[in-house]
Amino acid sequence: MTIILFGILFLPIFSALSITFFSQKHPSISAGISIAISCITFLLTCVLCAMTQSQTLPIEIVYTWLSVGNLSVDLGFLVDRLSLIMLFVVTGVGSLIHIYSKGYMGKDPSLSRYFASLSIFMFSMIGIVLANNFLMIFIFWEMVGLSSYLLIGFWMTKGSAADAAKKAFLCNRIGDTGFLLGIILVWSCLGTLRFGEISNLLSTNPAAFSSLATITGLLLLCGVIGKSAQFPLHVWLPDAMEGPTPVSALIHAATMVAAGVYLLARGFDIFALSAAWPQGLDWLKFSTLDVIATIGAFTALMAALIAVQQNDIKRILAYSTLSQLGYMVMAIGLSYPIAAMYHLTTHAFFKALLFLGAGSVIVALHHEQNIWKMGGLQKRMPITFWTFLIATLALCGIPPLSGFFSKDYIVAEALHKNAYLGTIALVTAFLTTFYMGRLFFVSFIGRTRSKVSDHAKENSTIITMPLILLAIASVFAGFIGIDSYLMPHYSSQSLANTNMVFPYPSIDQAPDNWFKMLIYPFKHAPMAAILSICAVIAGGFLSFIFYFNAKNDILSSKFKTVSLWLKNRLYFDELYQNSAVWLQDKLALICDFIDRWIIGGIIIGIIYRIVDLIGRFCRFSQTGNIQTYTAIFVLGIIVLSYWVINW
Amino acid sequence: MIATIETYLTIGLGHYLTVSVILFCLGLLGIMTRRNILVVYMSLELMLNAANLALIAFSRFNQNLDGQIMVMMVVTVAAAEVAVGLALIVSLARHKLPIWIDNLNKLKY
Repeated sequence: MTIILFGILFLPIFSALSITFFSQKHPSISAGISIAISCITFLLTCVLCAMTQSQTLPIEIVYTWLSVGNLSVDLGFLVDRLSLIMLFVVTGVGSLIHIYSKGYMGKDPSLSRYFASLSIFMFSMIGIVLANNFLMIFIFWEMVGLSSYLLIGFWMTKGSAADAAKKAFLCNRIGDTGFLLGIILVWSCLGTLRFGEISNLLSTNPAAFSSLATITGLLLLCGVIGKSAQFPLHVWLPDAMEGPTPVSALIHAATMVAAGVYLLARGFDIFALSAAWPQGLDWLKFSTLDVIATIGAFTALMAALIAVQQNDIKRILAYSTLSQLGYMVMAIGLSYPIAAMYHLTTHAFFKALLFLGAGSVIVALHHEQNIWKMGGLQKRMPITFWTFLIATLALCGIPPLSGFFSKDYIVAEALHKNAYLGTIALVTAFLTTFYMGRLFFVSFIGRTRSKVSDHAKENSTIITMPLILLAIASVFAGFIGIDSYLMPHYSSQSLANTNMVFPYPSIDQAPDNWFKMLIYPFKHAPMAAILSICAVIAGGFLSFIFYFNAKNDILSSKFKTVSLWLKNRLYFDELYQNSAVWLQDKLALICDFIDRWIIGGIIIGIIYRIVDLIGRFCRFSQTGNIQTYTAIFVLGIIVLSYWVINW
Repeated sequence: MIATIETYLTIGLGHYLTVSVILFCLGLLGIMTRRNILVVYMSLELMLNAANLALIAFSRFNQNLDGQIMVMMVVTVAAAEVAVGLALIVSLARHKLPIWIDNLNKLKY
């Protein structure tokens, strides 16, 4: 067990190191090492899953990293249903994308660097998943930030890629500062950072944080906002599409950005504490969960709106990712972590598939990313076409596909708890179908819109095989019972102060076969299921009218202002440029003034001059004559001895 | 007690230390007054050996060997120092430079 865990965690870093040290000059060997090791980690994960079937979870293996006084910092593994699901997603999707990368990156001269970075990413992501305490999560959290930086800026000679990498890193830093403060608060209030101990402490004494509960929750949330690209730090994710497409699929769609949601689910005990503010701030009545739900809902809606008017195939998918992450965060905010993790899993499959499909199109079209230059691909690229269709339908939420189930739980819960959030969820579902329909009709169906799409050819097996496997996963992930698998994880925790929602009243009432599973959403909350299907149909229908065989974008010619705003991403980048960046420039100017004139003035003007003056006098004693020095030295000793003896 | 001639003839710690102090002062004077670097070096050695003498005397009269070990250290260091110093002087002489100590005054402002 321990050996397997160590293997899963450390094999990827071993691969990164061996590529760096031994096979940097041999791209195909590097690719081979990296792919083989990611597949091995996936197999080990399967073995781990099989082994834990018969054991009681959670299993925690703790090692002391350092202990100073009464502070001891642990590193360790925490294996429970939550981490197993996430591990499965990371290694499974990860190894498919490793294979795909080999085909996509082709003959890139720095293929070795690519695969080494990818392996570092796998290492750090697995570290996040298996971490048993906040500090360890934080360490690996920073490491995924690093590997994301390396991979976004993979083509660093391109200015936009380098800028995007920097932007992603800085946005993450802003969030992580809050995250670190939150961790320190958890430490100072509870005296431990281990998830198991925290949840025990909080179940026996929900008031352990006293008046700091909400602030701690919000600070931890900062990290999530940065990593999962929620509003207001969402701006880095669309720009991160400058990286290679497989990277966008793995890091910026399926796994790393989902780490934020994973953290929310992992530390749910802290987030779920009821509102408590220190004196002076107690007029703020809201709890952490309210903030989480609001941010999630807002991001979901805003990103879906922006996606409607984007023209770059990867950017549309990036905004779609933002929007779906918003759903997951909102689900956490509605104290429904199971639905969030469920949606995370299904989303990982179909969004990775969408990105890989987009990548396949991009390769076939010689790196053309504008959807208005594609079109007519259904005959030319049948495999990509069909798998992309499956992924689109799954994302929109067409019943038998996976996206429907996970999204329906969230929509149903939102409608049940808060009418506003429910409406936002439905509108977002409608918009999702609309922009995905637009993407699909414009880029795949109808006439070819440019020469390159006229000459498009289906890619080789190494690219299409991962597409097919992911398509299978996207179809079936919905009713293999991910939600009922996760249920014991949460019901085993005695959460005194939360009203956590479960998909089923008790584990016995979970649908026991796939057919019951299939119709469960209609039995459970028929209203929500029907409404979300209506939203999907409406969105699909509208996009069909507007974009089937369309020559240009009707929306942008009819609603010029709205379209311009959406095209320019609601001017968030400009807003930040003119507020945050402007403010920082001015602050820097002030600091420069202080440094140059006040600090420099005092030190150079006064202290330096005094020292200089003294020095000018004292240097006359330096005659250079050794015998004078000796005489002074002896005199000094005599005086000192006299002083010592007669004291 | 009446001091007999024997009392004065018995050599005690004080005698050794007196010799040591005299040697030390001679060395010091040599350093401060002589211009020839070689002689300054010799005076330096004289001071070291004055200290050695004192250490040996203390060691003898305190009935332990610490002082003697210290002396071995001093002798070693002195040997090393002489090796370096003489090398410098030889080097000066080879370049036909004066070996007067007041000519070596470059280390001033």
